[in-house]
Amino acid sequence: MSANIESFPGTPLSQADLDAGKVLTTYWKPKLEYGWDAGVAISRYLEELKNGRIIGIKCRRCRRVVVPPRVVCEWCWEPMNDWVYLQDTGTVNTYSVCYIRWDASRAKEPQIPAVIDIDGASNAGFLHLLEEVDPKEVKIGMKVQAVWKPPEERVGAITDIKYFKPL
Amino acid sequence: MGMRKVAVVGAGMTKFMRRAQETGRELAYQASKMALDSCEMTLEDIDSVALGTAPDAFDGLHMKGEYLSDGAGAWNKPYMRCYVGGGTGVFAAIQGWYHVASGLFDTCLVVCEEKMSSCKPHPQGAFLTIFDHTTERPLKPNLVWIFALEMNRYMTVHGLEKKDIARVAVKNKRNALDHPCAQLAADITVEDVLNSEVLAWPVQRLDISPTSDGAAAMVLAAEHVAKRITDKPVWIKGVGWSLDTAYWTNRDLYYPKYVESAARMAYDMAGIREPRKEIHVVEPYDPFDYKELHHLEGLLLCEKGEAPRLTADGVTARDGDMPVCPSGGLLGVGNPIAASGVMKLNEIFWQLRGEAGKRQVPGQPRTGLAQSWGDLMQVGCVVVLGV
Repeated sequence: MSANIESFPGTPLSQADLDAGKVLTTYWKPKLEYGWDAGVAISRYLEELKNGRIIGIKCRRCRRVVVPPRVVCEWCWEPMNDWVYLQDTGTVNTYSVCYIRWDASRAKEPQIPAVIDIDGASNAGFLHLLEEVDPKEVKIGMKVQAVWKPPEERVGAITDIKYFKPL
Repeated sequence: MGMRKVAVVGAGMTKFMRRAQETGRELAYQASKMALDSCEMTLEDIDSVALGTAPDAFDGLHMKGEYLSDGAGAWNKPYMRCYVGGGTGVFAAIQGWYHVASGLFDTCLVVCEEKMSSCKPHPQGAFLTIFDHTTERPLKPNLVWIFALEMNRYMTVHGLEKKDIARVAVKNKRNALDHPCAQLAADITVEDVLNSEVLAWPVQRLDISPTSDGAAAMVLAAEHVAKRITDKPVWIKGVGWSLDTAYWTNRDLYYPKYVESAARMAYDMAGIREPRKEIHVVEPYDPFDYKELHHLEGLLLCEKGEAPRLTADGVTARDGDMPVCPSGGLLGVGNPIAASGVMKLNEIFWQLRGEAGKRQVPGQPRTGLAQSWGDLMQVGCVVVLGV
């Protein structure tokens, strides 16, 4: 009945309304903290990152090798426990050149997040960042390699890989 | 299938706004009341209520479904609340459909509400929790990353340029000029989109829908009730929904297979064999301009990679052969997450009844489709409506 309706409800507020203090607003800043356990599969993954290696896992049924590893193949719903060491090289599956931060504020220097298909996995990869490359030079299909933190600085985290750079 | 026929008999919505004076429950009430009034029903005629809204963290309200229940008319009635990200609006309608199709209830009020403006400094902050806490969040991602990554993959696989995609933003924002609830209607050009600020290449300012406050509602009824209420029922002919793996970096992002699965389910139920010929008006989910194209392909309404050409040729214009987002979509009307899916269903409802006013597509459409998308880019929800 959109054509028959004279007006729709709702009262938009303008910036002028807010500036004039016409709106009563109550603020609350929550302080929440969480400690997430890594779980069975990701614990091994993180341990290997600490060793400077990327490990994936293979499904015996569909023979897919995936990374990050998981305890069950979501395609076959088979338990997974064949661990496979992968290369620390891969191919840029897709990327972005990002100028905004999480709170929508603007950054001067862009970040280059990318999905990197890891060599040795079955067209599977993970999210990471590209550096040591001009944003204009990045291409989908580009070969890249992990740049690791020095062993003494690794803690068993995805950030033990500092970033990926062109190979 | 032993299911009862279900009709949409009423529709309502609030304006979509950057920031509304009303609270979420007030918005929910306004949309619900309007939907009931539109078919001259009262809350006493409603047997059940299906509500869709974003996660509690978004509003800083625990058990938001309960908070909204009075505005949604759910008090003392069988009530359920769902959430599947951006897919919520159409998913809530599907829940309402099976409440009635199953025979459990004769009527269901479907209500979706979102008030995104409460989340400071920006609701993107609440979205961050969709990334994996151990393998992704230490990289300090933001939500636009995943859209930019998907868009770039889609563009690169099909060899598309930004202008091929920008036409969608131009079309939808112009369509929205005729929508009385629109938040971001505008007469812009492809150049405006290409010259807008780069947020996360290839995503630019004008490729994105806004954050919004708003609500939308619809009334569903079983056949014997619908025929008493209206001589213009719009039937829910088919529904479908589907998920892909949440390991999103293990999928090829260029094509939404889960949308295809959902569409096939809905087409089978509706007896649709050639969707391109049988669907006359389409409201695919368009939070970003490329998503409209991506979804048209997933909905099997064109070949993979063909949607940009259809857009350039005017096929998807309001007066084209297959009008797409005649409402103005999320890009033009706005995107209060859950409510936007119901806005799309309402648009198809009005289009099929010939009541869309200035937005009416020509040719007396008899079958239309609304689709929504969400979660971690991996849920597709489809509803086919027909008269």
